[in-house]
Amino acid sequence: MVETKPRKLRIATTSLAGCFGCHMSFLDIDERLFDLVELVEFDRSPITDIKHCGRCDVGIIEGGVCNAENVHVLREFRVNCKILIAIGACALNGGLPAQRNHLDLRDCLQEVYATEASLSSGGIPNDPELPLPLDKVHPLHEVVKIDYFLPGCPPSGDAIWRFVNDLLAGRTPRLPHELMHYD
Amino acid sequence: MTFDLETAANPQGLRRVAIDPVSRVEGHGKVTLLLDADDRVHQVRLHIVEFRGFEKFIQGRPYWEVPVMVQRLCGICPVSHHLAASKAMDQIVGARKVTPTADKIRRLMHFGQILQSHALHFFHLCSPDLLFGFDSDVAKRNIVGVAQAHPDIAKRGVLLRKYGQEVIRMTAGKRVHGTGSVPGGVNKSLAESERAALLKDVYQMIAWSRDAVRLVKELFEKNLAFYEAFGRFRANSLCLVRGDGAMDLYHGGLRARDADGKTLFDHVEYSTYWDYLLEDVKPWSYMKFPFLRSLGPDEGWYRVGPLARVAGCDFIPTPLADRERQDFLAYDGGNAAGATLGYHWARMIEMLHAAEGIKDLLHDDDITGSELMTRGERAGRGIGMIEAPRGTLIHHYRVNEDDQVVRANLIVSTTHNNQAMNEAIRQVARQYLDGKKLTEGLLNHIEVAIRCFDPCLSCATHALGRMPLAVELVDADGRVVDELARGGDE
Repeated sequence: MVETKPRKLRIATTSLAGCFGCHMSFLDIDERLFDLVELVEFDRSPITDIKHCGRCDVGIIEGGVCNAENVHVLREFRVNCKILIAIGACALNGGLPAQRNHLDLRDCLQEVYATEASLSSGGIPNDPELPLPLDKVHPLHEVVKIDYFLPGCPPSGDAIWRFVNDLLAGRTPRLPHELMHYD
Repeated sequence: MTFDLETAANPQGLRRVAIDPVSRVEGHGKVTLLLDADDRVHQVRLHIVEFRGFEKFIQGRPYWEVPVMVQRLCGICPVSHHLAASKAMDQIVGARKVTPTADKIRRLMHFGQILQSHALHFFHLCSPDLLFGFDSDVAKRNIVGVAQAHPDIAKRGVLLRKYGQEVIRMTAGKRVHGTGSVPGGVNKSLAESERAALLKDVYQMIAWSRDAVRLVKELFEKNLAFYEAFGRFRANSLCLVRGDGAMDLYHGGLRARDADGKTLFDHVEYSTYWDYLLEDVKPWSYMKFPFLRSLGPDEGWYRVGPLARVAGCDFIPTPLADRERQDFLAYDGGNAAGATLGYHWARMIEMLHAAEGIKDLLHDDDITGSELMTRGERAGRGIGMIEAPRGTLIHHYRVNEDDQVVRANLIVSTTHNNQAMNEAIRQVARQYLDGKKLTEGLLNHIEVAIRCFDPCLSCATHALGRMPLAVELVDADGRVVDELARGGDE
């Protein structure tokens, strides 16, 4: 009998309005990364040079939605990924960047670009190359359907490892109490 | 003033090529090129396309929250922001000098972060370019490809980073976004069991860090002319140095030198930074453009980070790293030390210094001490500066009598390198892209130049933006949940 190796699952990851801390926590699986790449291959991700998400089994997104480009990338992930996972505080509820939601955008801009004492010249950046900012930062599920939510700021490497392993084994991911935390 | 290739004279009719997003770096950035019908390059820009607004929204927060809050600027170097904010808040609570235990625990945390950040950047993000070639197969040009072709190198990279992360966990409480440093000191020292666990592996880390320095040196030797010429430019440099001129990543005075190594200012008390540095704003990037006030925006821009520090200090206070520093500075008559790819070499020398520094601190009994906190006369202004993995980091706060932050200014490492990165990619465009049919491999040359600086683009996006257009955000069910800011700065 010929043993057939199961095909590798394809995973895409990205960071929207986040700090990359969730991706760092992903890398905190340490040498288990070498076990993981026996089972999965990476599509678009900050660790590859693939610039657009193709057809994938799993998409993992950290960060909330703060500008038009975030919306575009998030939708591209939703269209291409069978399972979409929101990871970390910012993806789940906007997180720290959403602290600006109670402020007026114009005041913020004015403060940062036009009134700093150490600035030699003022002016708010307005080039068409810069994506349009939203006036509020949104969690992912307000824009697309999300299949799983993994909380934490960031979730630990162990939590991510457990979560991904459950998924790879075809189980509904369940985290034991000690791996579930919000800080 | 605009720099050569910054702005095309006649953008109409030129073809736009974008590298979007710049990958294998931290944060969000893109590069745009404008080319004519003959593929001549007319404009090259690195854009920082996001914004956060930390400076504004931390106003009103209590000062003791700040070290934990601001580290959320960046998940790769949270410790830098954690410590720079703590140093600023030390001044607010009147802790003129923190206890030896607090000082050494913070330094240990910082060395842990230098080690993990430099290992991550070199092995996980950049080594594929250097080991496989800048225009190698895009499917293999990543850490997974390195793990297959050079399993030993990949494994060492992962374990070096792991060790640095463990140092952070034991000093800060968590690997990412810990809470160990507080205004006036730290809230934990090292337990003997933790000290023993870290001591067990530290000599291996030193040995592997030395091997990493040698690996970069071998890469230079194999392809010397190319490595030295790639994206090369002349620039001033800026870093903190200790009172005796030694490299000190945690504390020191500001030193600036010109492209020929002439000292422009030295041992400047960093709380007076605004007498020496100014920032410019350009409409096409959220990242500001700092420069030395005395030289002005055209001549005064500078580079920071490993290359500026290794070349800028008088010596490194750990023996193995200092020997490598001397070797690096003397290599090929000093030419390697001016190369943009020399950043990698300097970065690995610093990683070795961090590993040696961790070893020295682990042998110091103060790290298990119990005197953790200091207080003194309350002040209204605090300025903290630190050499983060990517360069000089400035945190500046004002706090009112109700303990609320009323003003904040953050100048992050990557922002200092803004003009330098733009110069590097323009030089690469002149050298390798001008007049050629663009390929993925050629465009990756641009990204290789950016990666040399290890930019932390999420750190660099602390400002907000608003554009003269209107767009609606519609949710999955077709409801309008938000609209984009409309109206420019009329």
